[in-house]
Formats: sequence, C-alpha cells, structure tokens
Amino acid sequence: MRLRAISAAAFLSLAPAYAQEPPPLPSGLGPKTEEPQEDKASPQDAAPALPSGLSQSTAPALPSGLAGEETEETTLAKTQEPFEAPFGLTGFIEVRAGARIVGDPYEKQLSIGEIRAQLGRDFETRHATFRVVGDLFYDQVEDVGDVDLETGRGFFDLREANVLVRPLDFLDVKAGRQILTWGVGDLVFINDLFPKDYRSFFIGRDDEYLKAPSDAVRISAFNSIANVEFVYTPRFDADRYITGDRLSYYNPALGRIAGRDAVIDAMTPNHWFSDDEFAARVYRNIAGFETALYGYSGYWKTPEGQTQLGEPFHPRLAVFGGSLRGPVKSGILTAEFGHYFSRDDRAGDDPFIRNGETRFLVGYEREIASELTASIQYVGEILADYDALAASLPSGAAPDRMRHVVTLRLTKLMLNQNLTLSGFNFWSPNEEDGYFRFRASYKLNDAWLAEAGGNVFYGARADSFFGQFENNTNLFVGIRRNF
Amino acid sequence: MLRKPLKLAAAIAALAIAPAFAQDVQEIVDKASAAAYYQGEDGRAKVHMSIKDAQGRERTRDFVILRKDIGDADNGEQRFYVFFERPADVNKTAFLVWKHAGSDDDRWLYLPALDLVKRIAPSDERTSFVGSHFFYEDVSGRGPEEDNHVLEEETDDYYIVRSTPKNASGAEFASYKNWIHKASFIPVKTEYYDANGEVYRTYSALAVETVGGHPTVVKSSMADERIGGVTEMQYSEVAYDTGLSEEIFTERYLRNPPRRELR
Repeated sequence: MRLRAISAAAFLSLAPAYAQEPPPLPSGLGPKTEEPQEDKASPQDAAPALPSGLSQSTAPALPSGLAGEETEETTLAKTQEPFEAPFGLTGFIEVRAGARIVGDPYEKQLSIGEIRAQLGRDFETRHATFRVVGDLFYDQVEDVGDVDLETGRGFFDLREANVLVRPLDFLDVKAGRQILTWGVGDLVFINDLFPKDYRSFFIGRDDEYLKAPSDAVRISAFNSIANVEFVYTPRFDADRYITGDRLSYYNPALGRIAGRDAVIDAMTPNHWFSDDEFAARVYRNIAGFETALYGYSGYWKTPEGQTQLGEPFHPRLAVFGGSLRGPVKSGILTAEFGHYFSRDDRAGDDPFIRNGETRFLVGYEREIASELTASIQYVGEILADYDALAASLPSGAAPDRMRHVVTLRLTKLMLNQNLTLSGFNFWSPNEEDGYFRFRASYKLNDAWLAEAGGNVFYGARADSFFGQFENNTNLFVGIRRNF
Repeated sequence: MLRKPLKLAAAIAALAIAPAFAQDVQEIVDKASAAAYYQGEDGRAKVHMSIKDAQGRERTRDFVILRKDIGDADNGEQRFYVFFERPADVNKTAFLVWKHAGSDDDRWLYLPALDLVKRIAPSDERTSFVGSHFFYEDVSGRGPEEDNHVLEEETDDYYIVRSTPKNASGAEFASYKNWIHKASFIPVKTEYYDANGEVYRTYSALAVETVGGHPTVVKSSMADERIGGVTEMQYSEVAYDTGLSEEIFTERYLRNPPRRELR
C-alpha cells in the first residue's frame, strides 16, 4: 500500500518537472519512448482559438468579459425539420410484407402484408394531458371488414386514448385506453398481466405491438417509503393470442396442428365492472436495487380452461410476486418470481383447467464488446399441484413438472448506431423447442427506417409450446417513414 | 538503459515542487469540471445535435436536458433527465441518469410505445450517445477523480492539462489534453490520444454565452477520426437555478414527463 502511494507520488511529481521541458509528454504517461508529434507542434501552435463568447474582448473581468458579443439567441434557432406533419400529429406510415418459408396446410403463405399509418396527438390543458394514438391499416392476410377495438382487427386499432391528471402532488391518475408495462423480464412477463399481442409479435410487426392496449385506470401514489400503483380494468382485457385464423397451433382435441380449419372461439369474460381485473405494484429503491411486489386478480389472459362442452374459456387467476433489478459487476441483474393461483382449479386436479404454477426468472445483461450487448435469462415454471394433475390424467399424459427456458439476446449497433442487428432466442431444454427472432434495421435518414427479419420456430414435438408454431416460421421486410 | 536512472533522478529532483503543482492541477481540473457540468444548483437547456458522418450525411437530434446537483455540491452527485423530441422515431423517449461520484452511474431509458422502463448496463459510458460523436460521459461529465492530471503548460489564456486514466482498461484513450480557459475554467478544447500518441478525437467549445452569471458553452463540437465525421451541439433556452425538484428524476416522471419543466 505504501509502496503504491510512493510510486503514485513520484508519478505525479515527475510530470510537472517534465512539463517545464520542451517535450511535454512525461515519460511516466506511457511506455512509448518519444512522442515525435508532440515534439513538432509547439504547444502554443496547438492552442485553440478562443470561442466566440470567450474571445479576448480586451476586458479582462470575469463574466462581462466572457460575454464578448453579448448573447445571441438567434444563432441558436432550430434547424428546419422537413417532415413535420400537420395539426401537430406524430406517427408513421409503413409497409410490411412477410411470408412463411415452410408450407402450412392450414394457413396462407403470406404471413403479413399490410400498410399502416399511426397517428398520435397530445392535448394539454392546465390540469390534464390528453393523448390519442390510433392505427389505420389495411391487412392483406386478415381482411376483416368490421373494426374490433378489443382485438385490434378490422382497419383501425385504437392504441391510446387517455387522460392524465395530477389531483394531488403525490398522485397521478391516468384513465382510458393505455399501454401498461411493469416487471423486469426481457420479453418474459411474470407479474405483467397486461394484455399482449402475440399475433403481432410472431409475424414481424414492430416490438411496440407486443403490448396490446388496456382500457383501465392507473392510480399511482408516490412517497418516500414506497410508491404504490393500482390498475383497475373494469372489463377483462384478454391477450391477442394465437387462435388459428392467422397462425397455426396445436389443437389437443384434434391431436394435431390446426389453423383456419379450427379457429379458437373462446368465451371471454366481458361484463363491465364484474368481469374486471385488479393489478397492483408497490416499489422502491433499496441500495441501488429497484425492488417491487406485485399482485393481480383477474383471469388467465389466454383461454386456459375448457368447459364440459369443450368450449375454451378464461379461468380465474390470482398472482402474487416480486422483482429485483440492479447493477452487478458492470451489468444489470434481474430477478422476478410470481405465484399463479388458478382459482377455478384450487386443488389442481381438474385436467380441463390449467394448473397453478410458480414462475421465476434470473437474468443478466451487460455490454460484452463495443456497441454489443448480451443478455441471458433463465426462466422456470413449476406446476403447483403436479401430483393431483398427474392423477387426473391418463397415465403418461402428464406434462413435465417443470418447464425450463433459457433466453439469449444479442444486440449490435453499427454505422453510428444507424444499423441495429439483433437476435433473441428462446430455448427450452426440457421441451426441446425454441423460438429465434432476428432483425436488422437501418435508419436511412432521420425519417426513413428499413427493416428485415425473421421468426423461426423449432421443436421436436408438434404439441410443445414453441414447436407447435413451426409452420409459422416467416421472414419479413418493412419500410417506415416517421413524422 | 539510461532512462531508468534518469527517471529516478528527475523524480527525486521534482519531489520538492511536486506537491504544490499536484494540488494546483487538481484544483484546476475540479474547477473545470464544475464550470462545464455543475453551474448553478440546477439547469435546463434545449439541445440541437447535428451529426455528420464521414460522407457528410446529416442526422439530427433534438432534446431537452434537465440537471440537478444533489446538495448543490460541485463534482458530486447529479441527476440528469433527457427528453427527446426529434427525430420522430425517438419522440417522447426519456433518459434518466443518476450520476455517482466515484462509482458507476445508474441509467434508465423509457420507451413510451411499450411503456417500458429499461435499465441500461453501466459499462458503456464511453460509447456513442444517441449515435453522435459525443459519448454518454461527454454529456454527463467524466469524474475528475478518474484520471491523473498534469499541468503541462500555461499560456495567457489556458491551463493545458494532460489527463491519464487511473484505470487504463476503463477508457479507450491513453490520455487527453485539455485547454482550460483561465478566467472561466471552461474547457475550450480537448484532444484524446491513443496509445501511439496520436490525436483521434477532438472536442471544441465553439461559442460561450453568459447566462445568469454563468459562462455557458452554447455551441460545441466533437470530431472522431476513427469513424470520421463530426457532431455539433447547440444549446438554447439555457436557464439555471430554476428550482427543479429532485422528484423529477424518478420513474414517475420517466413515465409521465414533467411537461412544465420541459417547456
């Protein structure tokens, strides 16, 4: 320790001594013998000219002398933005096309073929902020005439229509149609039971479409002990899940892959104020870590139950969980768990209703090279009442007690961050299946973005989680103009 | 062969004057850091960034930056809130930094379309800030304690300081040289040197205005020869001591931007 201190002192002291000499670079700074460049240019030559404000306006005094030519706000005028939309609208127009690269007997070859315009606008008053965002689109694959604001089908998808108010200093209330997200998983959601749109996710729409809108009230209360949030959804918002009309899936009743020949038509809870959902989060920072507890009461977001008549429905669900996120060794560590109580199958012995389960994940993300970030996650799902479930099923029909998934994400930025290459792989060692997403997007300029990518599903069995989607493997291209 | 004894001799010879110089240069560097990043107790500015690549193609960024010094201490803890307005694809994206003196900063990014608060790994502070030639660290400031500083030269206008990273693996440069304006302590030019002693990256303060008594760089540029091109930053609507609350620099305001303060 002392030795180090001495050498540091020597190092520090060396430098000024040398600075007096013509070669300014002290030997202690580098292993290189000489710095010829430094020799050539005399320090005076290399000295920069004073910038306008600091110019030697003879006056030697401090502040006034610095403001040589007085303030010139006009020089700081904004440059012209050539692509402003009228009426303060923001958004984009895009064209996206994609196709299956394998044959699918139950679906069209085309996986996506749409033109889409997203238009958004904020309105501010003194006490409230209103926001509306909607997508107008024409979709060649699913040419549905009627607009359905719940499923986003038709030619119009209302993404947001909400108002934000601050009735008290410590209270935010956002009501209306909104996108909601919480939790720490990377494309894995445990305590985030807000609606997802897996159809969009699997066919190559932009990542933002993974989140489907909620019609809800979000109340957030902030204080120094812990922040508390409640989200009340007066009428259940289901996921936009795979139904077969666009993406094929494994149909257990038929015992095979199915698609447009067996479209899932589930009974969805749809009574206002009785078929409702509550979600809550309590969070605070502890020693650099963000910690949170979560609760949810509502329904399975996909139809995980079947009536005696064979009709799919959304059984009741309650979830309790927690999460953690913080820096560890120049990376970010994440951990989250959630216990799913399948409330219509409390004993876990109903083979027609999904068993409860405990889900958890541990993840780590860090930069592994310049502009290259890697993140890895382990996700586990443990059935709550495995024995009861196994006993209720014919022998050999029970699923694995535990499902394991490992995810890996690699993101590389290139060409001044105008080109993004990314890959994300889900892989389940016990189900021997997976899903690989990859994408290259290039910003042609400030307005235009070109994109290409693919969604590859693979698996040993047709009835596994990702394996069932194998025939939906697709490639896509898109071009977008932002405004 | 000769160099070793020489070095030792020089070291011994320098011992007497060294402490005074070492202290002075640290003071200069601390003052320069304070002048560049800690003016007032808080601050806000609109920033227009023009990024020109090696082929001369231009991209722009427009954002508002809010800053708060915790406890109004120079070279201490800070919070930054950056709210992007342009280009359109990053409109309403918000970026939050909790800058810690002596340890990694905490950083979050909010993506409004997904309502996603993402925490960013701290390892890449010396990578490009939003595709520009400026690094994250150039925007929020490099801690004066991260480098060893040597006063190389004094001219009528400048202290010329050479800084060498204490942790060589934590920075891509071998050293940098800073021209610090004597009267204002504003760093006017910074040259970054590679291991061969070649300059590859240059910062220049191009215009300074005095706002609320604080000399403020309102136009600056960063050029990087390794990738080519240059980024120019223009600051407008600069204000200090606006009474920003520390609360703004939290997840609450990432999700719901502080409109009054950003206006």
